[in-house]
Amino acid sequence: MSFPLTTFILSIMTSSTPLLLAASGELVVEKSGVLNLGLEGMMLVGAVVGFAVTYHTGSALLGAFCGALAGMLLASVFAVLTLSLLANQVATGLALTIFGTGLSALAGSSYVGLAGPPIPILDVPVLSALPVIGPIVFQQNGFVYASFALLGAIAWFLYRSHAGLILRAVGDSHEAAHAIGYNVIGIRYLAVAFGGAMAGLAGADLSIGYNTNWAENMTAGRGWIALALVVFSTWRPFWLVVGAYLFGGIMYASLYVQGTGLAIPSQFVASLPYLATIAVLVAISRDRARIRLNAPACLGLSFRAAG
Amino acid sequence: MKRRTFNKLLGAGLVAGAAPAIIGRAHAAGPLGVGFIYVGPIGDLGWNYQHDLSRKELEKHYGDKIKTTYVENVPEGPDAERVLADLASKGNSLIFATSFGYMNPTIKVAQKFPKVHFEHATGYKRAANVATYNIRFYESRYVEGIISGMMSKTGKVGYICSVPIPEVVMGLNAYIIGMRTINPKATIRMVWINSWYDPGKEGDAAKALFDQGCDIVAQHTDSTSPLQVAQQRGLLGFGEASDMYNAAPKAQLTSPVNNWAPYYIERTKAVMDGTWKSGDVWGGFKSGMMQMAPYKNMPDNVAAAAKAAQDGIASGAIDIYKGPIKDQSGAIKVAAGSTLDDKAISGMNWLAEGVEGQIPK
Repeated sequence: MSFPLTTFILSIMTSSTPLLLAASGELVVEKSGVLNLGLEGMMLVGAVVGFAVTYHTGSALLGAFCGALAGMLLASVFAVLTLSLLANQVATGLALTIFGTGLSALAGSSYVGLAGPPIPILDVPVLSALPVIGPIVFQQNGFVYASFALLGAIAWFLYRSHAGLILRAVGDSHEAAHAIGYNVIGIRYLAVAFGGAMAGLAGADLSIGYNTNWAENMTAGRGWIALALVVFSTWRPFWLVVGAYLFGGIMYASLYVQGTGLAIPSQFVASLPYLATIAVLVAISRDRARIRLNAPACLGLSFRAAG
Repeated sequence: MKRRTFNKLLGAGLVAGAAPAIIGRAHAAGPLGVGFIYVGPIGDLGWNYQHDLSRKELEKHYGDKIKTTYVENVPEGPDAERVLADLASKGNSLIFATSFGYMNPTIKVAQKFPKVHFEHATGYKRAANVATYNIRFYESRYVEGIISGMMSKTGKVGYICSVPIPEVVMGLNAYIIGMRTINPKATIRMVWINSWYDPGKEGDAAKALFDQGCDIVAQHTDSTSPLQVAQQRGLLGFGEASDMYNAAPKAQLTSPVNNWAPYYIERTKAVMDGTWKSGDVWGGFKSGMMQMAPYKNMPDNVAAAAKAAQDGIASGAIDIYKGPIKDQSGAIKVAAGSTLDDKAISGMNWLAEGVEGQIPK
């Protein structure tokens, strides 16, 4: 049997999309100087809400929207705790993950084992009939298109818009940004809320696009991988795509290779994405200048306006 | 249900979600305390769901004569030991540890609580107060093999495997033995995900297997994802541990259904009567511990053949591991005229001819 290139690539794209969505949101959050480790929790809440809404209304679009909204709500809790009440961001983020895991399990207990409607494929007529390229570029579910559109918008916002410049300034030196009159806390609130919405959307993708069911803890660590991807990309949007697809690709390929019966230990293949991260992180760490250039200097630091 | 919900809320609220909440409290005086410890969420609709269903049946059977307590989502390791000791010290007289990896923690805790009766599912270590029990899951795999042999057009089926232990290996072999009685050229492709429950990975594994030309996927993992992938692609599959028909009504052919209730009821009675003894029970179709979900999405003659295989195994007319059986290299593993005893089955570590790939070492 010949190698099914098209379905292979399609499968990789669907498994990479949730990573890309969640990581893009976190990129904006971290660029504003906030470290939110609660991705996993926000994704789970987005997944359960997205699934529930899609299940009842039959509309994946509405489900995705509500999933994003739920992620945003949970992120707002984080924002209040860390930005207004100045709680430690690392500890609060971890707590958010645990809280989101429990909350989603509670909310989702009656949805376990139900099958959601299949997600509509947005087919671009004529073009989707092209060999190989057609199905890959013009025949995907909405999440795949959205992940690229949103990342493009984020890249433009961060590096080509005035608002993005302010956001980056807040992330690099909140004291300076505050001194010239920007509302540091307000901007960070918006960034954290946006990141939550993206995480919620990523979760909704997991429960209505990638899978069509809800299961407790279904993210299975993807939130953590998305967090690592932001560092992996040294906070640059283009490299985020590379990272997300590298991870998604290796995750899928590791299963694919096993099915072919090649004599490679499955544990080794399963560890490849993580080995790849370590290798790239080491390579990146050697280039200090690049990290200093792109990493938000105030990442994870609380800000309290003087006076 | 209410109590569990409340506890989850409490757990979430106190940010104690990482530590499994203990539901209910049993007392030494009054009703007999029966504890259960589960490796995953009871909402998995597979392995743990089925144990909990049997627990509820046990509770219904004895009413207020017993008080059951369960702890879900307990990782196999030090946590299990802590939870088991906690259950034992809270007045439970009978404790069911329902996952293979609880074996050593159970033995260890049982030494500290000699008066408490422990029951460990799928293990092989016993003690004066530790019994073991299991279901002959492989019997259901043989039936799945018969169905696949008749239903698969490509003669190639995918099998999503959890962790490399004999329980999984004997299922793979029973499957291919059954399938090859219908289609002697049939093959199985495996994907090991090294986990019992990972919906995302299970779904991906199903996609990978279908991408390689398999038209039926079986699973020895607990989520409904593979069946849903099958349904999306218009292909077929088997559930696991529990009837997963509702998750994929157009794709599920059948599903092995684990029925622990008769055993739980019997053992609880033994504790009540003071006749409990350590031992080892391995039930299958015959005792009703292994059941099959209704045969769907297949022609009547296939369903009839499946039913016949099921009855044949129950009556003893079909001996699944009867020779000659060749291993992957083609060497005779079970000679013609002989068969495997329970000891050989429960230690199985070789793959029969027709299974492609290796067991992860």
